[in-house]
Amino acid sequence: MHFFEDLEIGRRRDFGSFTFTADNIKKFAAQFDPQRFHLDEEEGRKSLFGGLAASGWHVGSVCMKLMVADGQRQIKEAMARGDKIAVWGPSPGFRELRWIRPVLAGDTISFSSLIETKRISDSRPGWGILQARNTGINQRGEQVYSVLATAFVPQRDAGS
Amino acid sequence: MTTLTFEDFKPGHFGTFGPRRVTREEILAFAAEFDPQPMHLDEEAAKRSMLKGLSGSGWHLCSVVMRMMFDGFIGRTASLGSPGVNELRWLAPLRSDDELTLDVEVAEARLSKSRPETGIVTFKSVARNASGQTLCEMVSPIIVRRRHAGAA
Repeated sequence: MHFFEDLEIGRRRDFGSFTFTADNIKKFAAQFDPQRFHLDEEEGRKSLFGGLAASGWHVGSVCMKLMVADGQRQIKEAMARGDKIAVWGPSPGFRELRWIRPVLAGDTISFSSLIETKRISDSRPGWGILQARNTGINQRGEQVYSVLATAFVPQRDAGS
Repeated sequence: MTTLTFEDFKPGHFGTFGPRRVTREEILAFAAEFDPQPMHLDEEAAKRSMLKGLSGSGWHLCSVVMRMMFDGFIGRTASLGSPGVNELRWLAPLRSDDELTLDVEVAEARLSKSRPETGIVTFKSVARNASGQTLCEMVSPIIVRRRHAGAA
């Protein structure tokens, strides 16, 4: 993971992709969002989504999953180089989350992130605040998901 | 139980839902699958983190809030889905065995221009733990069918 100083506005990073299946869509929905169009193919077809659709919270959680996996790969690479490791802090929230198109069973979504803003935290010495636009694109190149996410990122010389 | 339609959502306080307990096992299971950061999985690493102790993933908290909204009213609402979330703020960490309460207010209810048989209802939802501390606040719209449009 990068330190605050190393992050450049406009920098894009790909997190990889994930295939939503009828099984993983229904499993998430049964636990957290059991609306009929997330649980049943026929109900999904009759809905605005036009097929068995993943819960939007499932899509957001999968984006998080791929982002964390990417961060852990970066930590391993930094350790292999003997570099200092940046451990990112928690997120204070997000804005402008858009479920632009349905994510249907069988869709493969590729997630990436683009850094939009960065500033030094006033309230937490040693930390910066990063805003990045995370997006998901399906196998047809259509954008399905977008969110402006915020995170606390450590400064290099803060002794973290 | 009658189905709630657009007309049932008037601006103002809508309801209070819960309590819903979130166990340590649920926190660890969600984190292992979707957010395996040490602060959500490992007590020792969590103690050293900004959140000072094991905490649930923010996406887990959002997903539990979704479930509380479903159990509270969306499950009996003629909802067609949601276009997104305007704003979400994580204000305090979700801890093992927190008992969550959800306060839901209708911030805005307006007819849809593109789908005249529906309206857009925007909620402001606040999730609190048993001691009344706010864990998250969310402003989020859903699309709801109008009554005369032949809702089931």
